[in-house]
Amino acid sequence: MHIHVNGKALDVAAATLAALLRELEYEDGAVATALNQIFVRKSDRGKTPLKEGDAVEILAPRQGG
Amino acid sequence: MEAEMDSDLGGDRLTLYGAEFSSRLLAGTAQYPSPAILSRAIAAAKAEIVTVSLRRESGGSRSGERFFALIRELGVRLLPNTAGCRSVREAVTTAQMAREVFDTPWIKLEVIGEEDTLQPDVFGLVEAASILTRDGFQVFPYTTEDLVAAEKLLGAGCEVLMPWGSPIGSGRGLNNPYALKSLRAHFPDVPMIIDAGIGAPSHAAVAMEMGFDAVLSNTAIAKAGDPVKMARAFALAVEAGRTGYRADLMQARDMAAPSTPVIGRAFSSRARA
Repeated sequence: MHIHVNGKALDVAAATLAALLRELEYEDGAVATALNQIFVRKSDRGKTPLKEGDAVEILAPRQGG
Repeated sequence: MEAEMDSDLGGDRLTLYGAEFSSRLLAGTAQYPSPAILSRAIAAAKAEIVTVSLRRESGGSRSGERFFALIRELGVRLLPNTAGCRSVREAVTTAQMAREVFDTPWIKLEVIGEEDTLQPDVFGLVEAASILTRDGFQVFPYTTEDLVAAEKLLGAGCEVLMPWGSPIGSGRGLNNPYALKSLRAHFPDVPMIIDAGIGAPSHAAVAMEMGFDAVLSNTAIAKAGDPVKMARAFALAVEAGRTGYRADLMQARDMAAPSTPVIGRAFSSRARA
């Protein structure tokens, strides 16, 4: 399936957001996720299906002003 | 006398959404030469609140986790931001993501409206603040000195305001002191933190002398030749400015007025009655 992750085009096998994090080797607890600009709670990732063309954001803590 | 001063300052607490703090200097965590210097600078600033952000991370990278671990070690309160967001949707989603990762209802809300000045889009800011306060967030809106925007942000449920001094990272200090004084005077009981544009300890001191409740500084400390020493300078300036404000500054006047007594001056032409 062809999707965008953090602005980059990728072909992935994962059927859900939780599976995508595992496939791309993210630590589940250390990141926050959004699907098509809508926030997806950590507890909802397993029941959030992915479909062709989705845009996923995976964000982690960073320095800020 | 010193003990009296210390005890006086000890009772002068900064209250933000019901939480109390001794320090009135908030510090950003970006642009430091190294994590070690960041840690030492935060300690030297005596900051109890630091700003953080969320950014894209590649799978397998653990840099976000390492940064978060470092910040947790500092034992400070975190104020996540929505830096760089240019729409209400982006800002609201980023705030929701930050709440989950950083486990705090606090959010420094930025909705940027203009590229050159990075000035807030106050219309989008009010809309995003309204959505977020209804969702249980405690919003710290990064705003201009505009009185109407301030009124609307308060109406949207914000209990703290963060007016800019000047554009982010410019180091220009307080660009519009008249409007900032007016803002302070219109909302005397609203905690206000001067955010953005502070370039020198003297800028921070002036903001505090004007009666603002706190100052947030990032670039001025992080990009200094010696960030740790500059952090200490900012801590001193904020304390000096606050103490000066509480001591009630004299009014400036147009004409000179001698400070040394005139009566009894030698060589005067005749004795005064």
